[in-house]
Amino acid sequence: MTKRRVKLTFPSELITEPIIYLMGKEFEVVTNVRRANVTSTFGWVVLELDGEEDELDRALQWAEEQGVGVEPVEGDIIAG
Amino acid sequence: MSFVTGLKCRECGRSYPIEPTHICEFCFGPLEVEYDYEKIRANVSREKIAAGPPTIWRYRDFLPVEGDRIVDIGAGYTPLIKSNNLAKALGLDNLYLKNDCVNPSYSFKDRVVSVACTKALEFGFDTLSCASTGNLACAVAAHAARAGMKACVFIPADLEQGKILGAAIYAPLLVAVDGNYDEVNRLCSEVADEFGWAFVNINIRPYYSEGSKTLAYEVAEQLGWRAPDHVIVPIASGSMFTKIWKGYNELAKVGLIDGVPTVMNGAQALGCSPIVTAFNDGHTHAKPVRPNTIAKSLAIGNPADAVYVLRILRETGGSADVATDEEVVNGIKLLAATEGIFAETAGGVTVAVLKKMAQDGRIPRDALTVAYITGNGLKTQEAVIGHIAQPMRIKPTLEAFEEALAKREPTLALAR
Repeated sequence: MTKRRVKLTFPSELITEPIIYLMGKEFEVVTNVRRANVTSTFGWVVLELDGEEDELDRALQWAEEQGVGVEPVEGDIIAG
Repeated sequence: MSFVTGLKCRECGRSYPIEPTHICEFCFGPLEVEYDYEKIRANVSREKIAAGPPTIWRYRDFLPVEGDRIVDIGAGYTPLIKSNNLAKALGLDNLYLKNDCVNPSYSFKDRVVSVACTKALEFGFDTLSCASTGNLACAVAAHAARAGMKACVFIPADLEQGKILGAAIYAPLLVAVDGNYDEVNRLCSEVADEFGWAFVNINIRPYYSEGSKTLAYEVAEQLGWRAPDHVIVPIASGSMFTKIWKGYNELAKVGLIDGVPTVMNGAQALGCSPIVTAFNDGHTHAKPVRPNTIAKSLAIGNPADAVYVLRILRETGGSADVATDEEVVNGIKLLAATEGIFAETAGGVTVAVLKKMAQDGRIPRDALTVAYITGNGLKTQEAVIGHIAQPMRIKPTLEAFEEALAKREPTLALAR
């Protein structure tokens, strides 16, 4: 089992969708919200995921396909 | 010996010991170095600082390092220049330029990497690493060379040759990643997790970012120990912006300056302006964007410190604005033609936004204003190469010269 921490960002049209619930239901991953902020136009969730490496990849790829942004919690690693 | 007391989460306030770590285990918030300011106050003086080396290390009491093994290739204590011509062109009476183009690897990144590399050695690392589109790559490779450390530097595969050369000359292991921006980001995050290296802006980030505070200390010292009325700072991740603010406030806290009246203003490129957008929309967080700008040193689509930058902008009554690519080029040319400083694209962004803020009064004419110029133009020649006057080509005769001069510069021709 591997733990991964990510920041998910939600565009306004996805704010009402139960994305994190579905991620835990459709994939063998445990989701654990550490911090979050949701407004009517934008939302972000700092999330810990626990699961097998491949399953984590599949779950996050699915989230991206739904239109959710998946970023490292540190922000961009690349610098100028 | 330092005056550091530990690391503290900027979100939930939990404390952590001084280790190569950067994220709060509880809330995943970023960690920041904390100091005992009473002890610093008792130990520092203007005279002691003035007697220190002409580098960032004259402010060592404010930096998070222990021991004597400092990796110093001469970063910092760069000129603060009173602007005459640019100030006049912009309608400002009291403008200063902090010229960080003249650092050892030609950008302000030498400040942060000097601290990061020193701390990495102290922690016992033997490899220094980063992912960069230019300036950071050069600074990491240069400091690792000086420290006798190995360097592993990740760059996007499509990076311009000039920037590859600027890092490669210091002989790091250069890894050109064949992938888009997000893929490079993700890979580097995974590498940082898997390899026991000092990744300057990941596991060494709390210490690394402290180096930017010296941009405030130096300006205050060079102004005769006072903080400016206004500053304008280019914003990428936002780390430098927040640390400049922290630096001025630390000086006030320990009694080296009287107070901090400074209004903090920010500049981004239009093609990568998540913080300016959030500022204008009244948001507390920035939405990530996909960068598309010639100002590659500012092309950070998901800025780590956006929330803190937005807070400081609002708390200080500051402003934030953008520059188009064309305005960036014009900003670079204006700075060069008026002050003799050839800045990279981030400097063009700063000057272009300064021009807008001076024109509409967001920066008042008489305010003591400091513009931070953070990198050298020789690194981003491709941005201006098609926008500068070509040389007059002539035969080697006086007649040919006179003819060409009359055509190109009639007033010069007449003035002899």
